[in-house]
Amino acid sequence: MPKKRGADIVIDVLLEENVEIVFGLPGGAIMEVYDALYKAPLKNILARHEQAAAHMADGYARSTGKVGVVMATSGPGATNLVTGLATAYMDSVPMVAITGQVPTHYIGTDAFQEADVVGITRPITKHNFLVTDIKDLALILREAFYLARTGRPGPVLVDIPKDITQKEYDYKMPTEKDVIDALPGYRPHYEGNPVQIKKAAELIRKAKRPVLYVGGGAVISGAAEQVRKLAELTRIPVTTTNMAKGVFDETHPLALHMLGMHGTYYANMAVYNSDLLIAVGARFDDRVTGKIDEFAPEAKIIHIDIDPASISKNIHVDVPIVGDVKIVLEKLLKELEKKPVEWVKARESWLKQIEKWKEKHPLTYQKTDKIIKPQYVIEEIYNVTKGEAIISAGVGQHQMWAAMFYKYKYPRQFLNSGGLGTMGYGFPAAVGAKFGNPDKTVFAIEGDGSFVMNMQDVITAVQYRIPVKIAIINNEFLGMVRQWQQFFYDSRYSSVCLAVHPDFVKLAESMGAVGLRATKPDEVKPVLEKAMEINDRPVIMDFVVDREENVLPMVPAGKSYREMILTPKQKGEAETMYLVG
Amino acid sequence: MSEIAPLKVRPQPKTEVKKHIIVVRVQHNFGVLTRITSLFAGRGYNIESLTVGKTHEPNVARITIVVEGDERIIEQIIKQLRKLIETLRVRDITEVPHIERELVLIKVYAGEDKARDEIMRLISIFRAKVVDVSPDTYTIEVTGDSDKIDAFIELLRPFGLKDIARTGTLALTRESAKNLVQE
Repeated sequence: MPKKRGADIVIDVLLEENVEIVFGLPGGAIMEVYDALYKAPLKNILARHEQAAAHMADGYARSTGKVGVVMATSGPGATNLVTGLATAYMDSVPMVAITGQVPTHYIGTDAFQEADVVGITRPITKHNFLVTDIKDLALILREAFYLARTGRPGPVLVDIPKDITQKEYDYKMPTEKDVIDALPGYRPHYEGNPVQIKKAAELIRKAKRPVLYVGGGAVISGAAEQVRKLAELTRIPVTTTNMAKGVFDETHPLALHMLGMHGTYYANMAVYNSDLLIAVGARFDDRVTGKIDEFAPEAKIIHIDIDPASISKNIHVDVPIVGDVKIVLEKLLKELEKKPVEWVKARESWLKQIEKWKEKHPLTYQKTDKIIKPQYVIEEIYNVTKGEAIISAGVGQHQMWAAMFYKYKYPRQFLNSGGLGTMGYGFPAAVGAKFGNPDKTVFAIEGDGSFVMNMQDVITAVQYRIPVKIAIINNEFLGMVRQWQQFFYDSRYSSVCLAVHPDFVKLAESMGAVGLRATKPDEVKPVLEKAMEINDRPVIMDFVVDREENVLPMVPAGKSYREMILTPKQKGEAETMYLVG
Repeated sequence: MSEIAPLKVRPQPKTEVKKHIIVVRVQHNFGVLTRITSLFAGRGYNIESLTVGKTHEPNVARITIVVEGDERIIEQIIKQLRKLIETLRVRDITEVPHIERELVLIKVYAGEDKARDEIMRLISIFRAKVVDVSPDTYTIEVTGDSDKIDAFIELLRPFGLKDIARTGTLALTRESAKNLVQE
């Protein structure tokens, strides 16, 4: 092998890992790598801010299941990645971040654009590396990809000092075996313990009021088919977390939709009254459970997860099963088929009860033709895209409405920052998703607060002719904070008014995108239809909506499902609904 | 509408807070210790003591951590430690027969003859030794488990302690008790 420059080794590994696209922004310490990218046979997307680049890589990864790659320079370039990495880490998104670092002999001298990036990103990455010797470069990069995509996926950062990218080395591409040998402490457990699986099957056979509680792990593992089979075979209703939207078709009769803080009445009722909860790739987040000792108080819990640390972390589990969701569900199905039960009969009264709850409080809102209701915009987006679009959301009220009022039917269809709750995520993630899914319509449903946090990157979408549709649910508020202030702080609206904002139509035009606006309900559909016709650039739609609409139902933070707020009585007052068994 | 459902509460397993000795074997890579300590800091676990050293195997370090917590916390600590990529093995040896040692250097005031005599008596009882002498201090070296060390320090306290350096607990499981445990 001829000697190769470190930067070229980086590109070699990217190609070896079948990377087709890289998002990022160059700078001093990573110039050598960008020089090598110049002639490399992969797409190199220039973002306008590293945070946006990281979210693009994240959106690409979430929507395709492939590893997203982001690059940034040392110091500020790398620190700008921090929010993007933390977002990906919380939601187990496979990503590799490659950052330039000051030359080895400058490390520790407070050099220009020096930051201890490995130190800064340690708690927000699955693992990270500082390359100190060019001999290790290829192996470390391959380890990074391997770690990012296997086990419980996550972002991995590789910090490469500039001199290492410049040095030459006669290297050999490390094999997967080399990688595994270099990681003797990393052996994810995929199979699931057969004794535990047997126990789980037995509990399912005995259960009278079971609920499947499915989380993002089912999406990552590609287990949509197995979840559906299990639900249909055993007639168990399915509630999905925000992270698992679409893994179970939301139009399916057994679908309970989302649970938790903004879960549906019937999902929360079902969980509260269940006698068996089967958690599948979910992690009992506080936004799901509310007050933990009143969460599913009578239920035995089966918990299937690839990460042992997720099991019995927040709640004591009766049957823990460590393994890949898909593999474990396959085995569980086989186990159940060995000794079938008359499932239809066994579930009759439970499913009837759930139907009653569904009828009593369906997911709805007050419809009007005077003012645009945010939920109405989401419903119309659903109609105009025939339920087929990839939806990416920011964080806040609009995110919850996007989760509630669009009916998802396939996995990886709904992208949002579920764990970290990162405002500014939605739009750049949509750009990444569109790069990964050029044949799909991709909508970014954004809040007026969320969108402005990364709106600079509309320019990127214009430059690469990425026709994402950006629907701004514009209520001129940091709406979710305002809602909490209304409910819990006597309507003292502290620092939430966003009435001063750019003219989003003009903003779009100034950047070379298309700007549209709807201020009345009957304008919503025409605006969306027009947006659907544009296929060569991004469209920004400014939907001026009811300013003080609330996201309901709601279980206040730290409260039990028993104290679910269903409808507000009047301004400033909320009616608390107590669940009845 | 406010029909209140009867309050139902999940039974929580009862656990007691106690001291645990956790032994971690790691790949001795650059920054591995920081990963461990920042894991504890970031998740709000208190380390009572932590010692680290090389082992007979190349590139393997052994870390002994003493930490206090209830069962749920200790289980979580062990799982989080296992989750670190560079971790090779994690073991809670609290319930396993083991040898526990700590080494301490104590600088104590010993200006008067009476104090010197009394301190020398304590040193002989505790099988400690004087490793440095000045006109008004003794520097004493002592090894033992934490209970012995604590007791020794308490007995020296009335004389006036000038400085103390403790290594933190080291521990190895007892080979002699292995068969016993398996039965």
